[in-house]
Amino acid sequence: MMATSNKILEREPSEIEMLLPWHAAGTLNARDSRRVDDALARDPELARQYAAIREEYAETIHLNESLGAPSARAMQKLFAAIDAEPVRRPQASLNIAARFTGFFASLSPRTLAWSASLGAVLLLLQAGLIGAVLTNKQSGSFETASLSNNESITRDLGAATLPRALVRFAPDARVADITALLDKYQASIIDGGKGGVFRLQFGNRTMTKGEVADLLGRLQSEKTVSLAVAAQ
Amino acid sequence: MQVLYGRHHVRVFRFGLRLVRNEQVAEDLISEVFLDVWRQAGKFEGRSAVSTWLLAITRFKALSALRRRKDVELDDEAANAIEDTSDDPEVAAQKKDTSEALRTCLTALSAEHREIVDLVYYHEKSVEEVAEIVGIPENTVKTRLFYARKKLAELLKAAGVERGWP
Repeated sequence: MMATSNKILEREPSEIEMLLPWHAAGTLNARDSRRVDDALARDPELARQYAAIREEYAETIHLNESLGAPSARAMQKLFAAIDAEPVRRPQASLNIAARFTGFFASLSPRTLAWSASLGAVLLLLQAGLIGAVLTNKQSGSFETASLSNNESITRDLGAATLPRALVRFAPDARVADITALLDKYQASIIDGGKGGVFRLQFGNRTMTKGEVADLLGRLQSEKTVSLAVAAQ
Repeated sequence: MQVLYGRHHVRVFRFGLRLVRNEQVAEDLISEVFLDVWRQAGKFEGRSAVSTWLLAITRFKALSALRRRKDVELDDEAANAIEDTSDDPEVAAQKKDTSEALRTCLTALSAEHREIVDLVYYHEKSVEEVAEIVGIPENTVKTRLFYARKKLAELLKAAGVERGWP
């Protein structure tokens, strides 16, 4: 038994064997995960090693969780240092990107396995931002030059903005679900708010109060949405 | 910054604490990490998760802090020689508690092995993310974790704990 154990420890590990810890943590991609599952099903020795890895995984979490949290002193020190920093001009576009990325960073690793879809959503965000910029450029008033009567034909586009809402997605919402939701409601993300709340703009026409209320009601009932409230 | 701090400071602290093994130093570390983030926010390109970026900065700061403490070296021998208030593997084995022995042996691993075990198991980082944080090739990440697990098995074996593997 001892000799067998030593032999196992001395040989070079196989590719599948080296992937076992990531399989236990659920951070493998779908292809590798299937490869490991197949190998585990046909190799009892590998399955025994995997059981040991599951123990290591559980105890590593236990050990880290037992380390507690930092005192308030660390936060006070940090914010005192930030207050002492020279004032900088905020970079709005970077802040939005960082908040958006931060939201996805807070999702579980399994969710993040949808990294390919994330690229698509980031493109969508970019499109939303471009849309928001174009909308802003078009705000204000315009007049036609051809019609003349006593009634003013000036239309204030600023007052007729498209419906918007502040939305927080469910913590277990997958990127694909969020993309589908945006498609379904013809919505664009135009801003990333604090705490994972996003400002969404809907459709291409103005809505009555009743229509907006109905839209918010439908949004709120979506399982990928945990909060939806009207926004300016 | 408050949102970012609120969301990540505990994990950053724990990762730092496992590396520097000193609460005071770990607390100073997180202030330094988030202050760096504040200063370098414009440099974050969004190619990796925010948590991966934070852990990479934490690791860099922790290693710098360890280098400043001249009595501490980053090799296995010195890491194992650092005083640890918890039970050593032999004591844990006497308690016949595999879980506790495992936790003790996880603490007794070298800094290099501890960080990779923590990043994969606790911080749930992929091979690619660990490679980015530690600054080593992906294949090295896989082999380093295997050898960290091998070392762990040796420590457990020395403590008389049988787990069914190897």
